[in-house]
Amino acid sequence: MTGLSIRLPRAKKNRIQAGIALLGVVFFSAVFIYTFLYLRHDPVLTDLDRRLLGMSLQHPLGTDQLGRDVLTRLLLGGQQTLGYSLLALMVALFIGVPFGIISGYKRGLVDRVFMRIGDAFLSFPDTIVAIVLSGLMGPGIGNLVLAIVLVKWVSYARLVRSTVLSESQKDYVLIARINGLSSRKIMRKHLLPHVVGHVLVLASLDLGKIILLISAFSYIGLGAQPPMPEWGAMLNDSRPYFQSRPELMIYPGLAIVSVVLLTNMLGDYLRDRFDVKKEVQQ
Amino acid sequence: MSLLVVENLMKTFPGGKTAVNNLSFHLGKGECLGLVGESGCGKSTLARCLLRIESVDSGSIYLNDIAIERMNERKLYPHRKKIQIVFQNPTAALNPKLKIKDSIIEPYEQYRKELTLSHFSYTSKEAFIGQLLEAVELPSHIANQYPHELSGGQKQRVTIARSISIEPDLIVLDEPTASLDVISQGAVLNLLTELRETLHLSYLFISHDLAAVNQMSQRIMVMKDGEIVDQFNQEQLFSADRHPYTKELISIF
Repeated sequence: MTGLSIRLPRAKKNRIQAGIALLGVVFFSAVFIYTFLYLRHDPVLTDLDRRLLGMSLQHPLGTDQLGRDVLTRLLLGGQQTLGYSLLALMVALFIGVPFGIISGYKRGLVDRVFMRIGDAFLSFPDTIVAIVLSGLMGPGIGNLVLAIVLVKWVSYARLVRSTVLSESQKDYVLIARINGLSSRKIMRKHLLPHVVGHVLVLASLDLGKIILLISAFSYIGLGAQPPMPEWGAMLNDSRPYFQSRPELMIYPGLAIVSVVLLTNMLGDYLRDRFDVKKEVQQ
Repeated sequence: MSLLVVENLMKTFPGGKTAVNNLSFHLGKGECLGLVGESGCGKSTLARCLLRIESVDSGSIYLNDIAIERMNERKLYPHRKKIQIVFQNPTAALNPKLKIKDSIIEPYEQYRKELTLSHFSYTSKEAFIGQLLEAVELPSHIANQYPHELSGGQKQRVTIARSISIEPDLIVLDEPTASLDVISQGAVLNLLTELRETLHLSYLFISHDLAAVNQMSQRIMVMKDGEIVDQFNQEQLFSADRHPYTKELISIF
């Protein structure tokens, strides 16, 4: 987050941020790969004899109210949360970026039609769309992802469009046209590279928001359905035991906070990174 | 035989401003035709019309006796490689995300199949770019640099290298020296003159700088409010029967 290290010089701040973000990414990927290769406990198998156990060698983070290993569920829950967030983001990017580039480059009628479609989607807040979809099609993580995609792609399309609008008026795009390059080639070769930076920054900042949204909806029961482990759902499951076993809520809570923080730092770093050229020119 | 013939060309913008008004002229092979006028007189619009990045309202543009003003993009394609343009601002004319070599090679890669070069020869990408950079008197190592690492004069030379890479018939020079300092201006003008002779190019040299135009061109046209008000050969610049507007332009310099 920007406020975290605001007093440090920019370059130093950058390095530290990049370091932490990178470490975090490496750590989380290592953990997730590890869980794929080596799963000691069934994450959904209930064993009421072993419920609410404390830390032990066999269960490093103890067991939950149904006797399931908390570490296993936490790791698999992370895969769910992050995996679905990334999925939603990717789909939104795959729709939004081409939409934005075509809209900004072609202008005129195409642009107007595309942007009015976007406005229509944007007029609903993502939470409302998610709730409505759950109401219509039943709760489930698939519907949640769909709701996120429906709302998020527009912001990418708009961001990309505005960059392309200004960039496509530059002389080098005219020269590419004079040299007979097809629209598709111009969009791919000249315009796409200009939006990648902006899109990456927005995407990494959005990732945090999407993780929060998926966790929040799972928390109120509209996202991941039991017995599937998911951080938000785990938070909710552990609520009744907060007085006796507060760590059951703290673990998934910490996991959500740290991942969101990491994605934000990564976003900040990427933003600075892609600004470098502008600094040089100034 | 004329390379480029323009007849009664009209271009009016949606706001009602007539940028090019009933304009006719011709440009011979190997000729450098100067076009002088103050800012906003329609010089650049004319250039954009000739390159068909701006549509024309009426009139004709003949390139090698073929009318190109109404061709669709597909029919126009084989003719596009015969005209190149050098813009005023080299920074905007180079994609900041591409290395110099990738910017220079763009036209050649596009027309590679239908192109036969006479002056340059393509053996490898590196060698070809080396030839082009040498032709515009730039060191070969800048091929791997990005535009922001070069000076304005160097960048303009790069755009010139790009425009000569496919050996076009005509290069439209749209104020090629306007954004350069005086020393670079002179050097670039000299380079352009040399290139015209070695590569047998024709230029339409557009500028508000009468001195530069007079140095470069055999024939000069003076444009005012979208119309050509005066036309003369290089040596007739100071003759008494010049148009009052031309005299006014001379008196500024």
